[in-house]
Amino acid sequence: MSAVIEEHHDDHHHGPDKGILRWVFTTNHKDIGTLYLWFSFLMFLTGGCMAMVIRAELFQPGLQIVQPEFFNQMTTMHGLIMVFGAVMPAFVGLANWLVPMMIGAPDMALPRMNNYSFWILPFAFSMMLSSLFMEGGAPNFGWTFYAPLSTEYAPPSVTFFIFAVHLMGISSIMGSINVVVTILNLRAPGMRLMQMPLFVWTWLITAYLLIAVMPVLAGVVTMMLMDIHFGTAFFSAGGGGDPVLFQHVFWFFGHPEVYIMILPAFGVVSAIIPTFARKRLFGYDSMVYATASIAFLSFIVWAHHMFTVGIPIAGELYFMYATMLIAVPTGVKVFNWVATMWRGSMSFETPMLFAIAFVILFTIGGFSGLMLAIVPADFQYHDTYFVVAHFHYVLVPGSVFSIMAAAYYWLPKWTGNMYDESLGKTHFWLSFIGVNVTFFPQHFVGLAGMPRRIPDYALQFADYNMISSMGAFLFGFSQLLFLFIVIKCIRGGKKATSQVWEGAHGLEWTIPSPAPYHTFSTPPEDLREAHG
Amino acid sequence: MQTAQNRKTITKLIGVVIGMFAFGFALVPLYDVFCEITGANGKTAGQYVSSSGDAVDQNREITIQFLTNNNAGMPWEFRPTVRTLKVHPGELNSTEFFARNISGKTMTAQAVPSVTPFYAAEYLHKTECFCFEQQQLARGEGLDMPLRFIIDANIPAEIKTLTLSYTLFDITGEVEETLALRP
Repeated sequence: MSAVIEEHHDDHHHGPDKGILRWVFTTNHKDIGTLYLWFSFLMFLTGGCMAMVIRAELFQPGLQIVQPEFFNQMTTMHGLIMVFGAVMPAFVGLANWLVPMMIGAPDMALPRMNNYSFWILPFAFSMMLSSLFMEGGAPNFGWTFYAPLSTEYAPPSVTFFIFAVHLMGISSIMGSINVVVTILNLRAPGMRLMQMPLFVWTWLITAYLLIAVMPVLAGVVTMMLMDIHFGTAFFSAGGGGDPVLFQHVFWFFGHPEVYIMILPAFGVVSAIIPTFARKRLFGYDSMVYATASIAFLSFIVWAHHMFTVGIPIAGELYFMYATMLIAVPTGVKVFNWVATMWRGSMSFETPMLFAIAFVILFTIGGFSGLMLAIVPADFQYHDTYFVVAHFHYVLVPGSVFSIMAAAYYWLPKWTGNMYDESLGKTHFWLSFIGVNVTFFPQHFVGLAGMPRRIPDYALQFADYNMISSMGAFLFGFSQLLFLFIVIKCIRGGKKATSQVWEGAHGLEWTIPSPAPYHTFSTPPEDLREAHG
Repeated sequence: MQTAQNRKTITKLIGVVIGMFAFGFALVPLYDVFCEITGANGKTAGQYVSSSGDAVDQNREITIQFLTNNNAGMPWEFRPTVRTLKVHPGELNSTEFFARNISGKTMTAQAVPSVTPFYAAEYLHKTECFCFEQQQLARGEGLDMPLRFIIDANIPAEIKTLTLSYTLFDITGEVEETLALRP
């Protein structure tokens, strides 16, 4: 009798519920991590389709496929969806899956809030995407939504955009509070901060950045809302406000935001490279300090996005030098990754390929960033395709590659099956070639003077744009292969061991694959494996 | 124990969130103060009360150029009566701008000034300016609008020319809204 009762008890509290409601009501960090990752992949494809529309229109000069008004909506929505819908939720998903397993915690500290912070997102993005079907169309003022373009001259749907941003902000803030509380309070007894894996460290710092700047974003969209509907004049020069103020407040959020999208990537790469180089990470302490320095510097360099609005020379010099200073901690990180591989016993499985490509291509993006930091040069590069090439190099083969690397690296732990290695490598090479063919020529057209956010261009840019579009189609369609590989891996494959990778270290590799629904209900005692 | 500790961390973090939301709004006045102190942005200060002690520097001559712009959609005719003036630092000068409402209805306008080079803004003192108030003109009505200013005698030696530009904004809609809100 008692055995029966216990079994009953087990069913309800130690395994997932059945059916769709499992996902609606779940408070399990693994379920929520999965939801975040699928959601972000869906958004990645949505934003990707918009990128395909953009590249199809730019395939040839002249207007072929879409009208300029719709083109502007595509660039705007592509940016917003990729930043807030694809990259950020993907990292939150990884944090949900991995942070508790890496620090030996049974779950996130605030499981119910975790559920809310995910389920806000589908509503936020439905609201934002629905603006595509509204009168006047979707927001068309670029993802940076500069006022007064986004206030006085905006389509009526801007109000829905503002509320969608509010919802995303609330979701991100709740998610970040959860991450900070989990990392600070739920580490396995005896685990010191400087013993945490770098992914946990980078996420701790990212979460602080999010908590600090998402409220500023909420503030700036609230000011827009008041300018549009309540007769205030924060950004309207005629009413005594100042449009340049918008750019300052926006980039005070915006610059830390770009590090929010890259710091967790640093953590992922710092986990993968040691595994496949079969060496400990070189310079763990300096990695932590470099991450913290980058986070600090991100708050004091925002005006480098707006050199051309007219800033006093002293201000331009300050922001130029401060921006260049970021290259120092970033250089430390790149050095450490290379030093980790140095004389390592390297093997090149798919996650490692993505991680190495990350190091090389992110560095290229970093260098073009340094070029943009030079004030007199920036006056030429500003708002050209060079800028587009720069930030796509840090975001696509930067953040997105690291997310794919993470997916391949931890997929066997999540599903219990190995993914198809040769398909994975095919996916890598298609993506690698696609990304470079897409974005490298954009440097050249940018330097030659092609402005960004335009549906038509002068004839001399035609060849490079055609190459760029072909690369984009290759990159875009190879992501369907990624979807196929992931589904194939979930459905079956070679069984994975607990450790999965020969050189893997960390608490998540001490539990069975697939990771049981509940892990570390009792904290781990042996912390020697905590970081690789 | 765990819960108490969590609650403490959450309270602190929510404090940061609220603080940063407030900071976003605090940036608005901070920005104005910062621009006023540094003269960044080419914004000129409010009305200047001249002290009789302003010495006129007869040895220096500064060219001041006047520019006018209409903000998008603003139909008024708007121009300076003279394009340039040569003035001595410390001296009180006056000029006029002309505006005519060529639209078919009564409209209200606000002129917003900007000085180039930006750091010269703090040396341009206006004792009287049409930009300190709004202009309401009936259809077809024209108006000469006065500007009286002093260029500070301490203006850096390298500044030989400065440009004062006005952009005219149509604020008819906003004015009506404000009036409608009044009982």
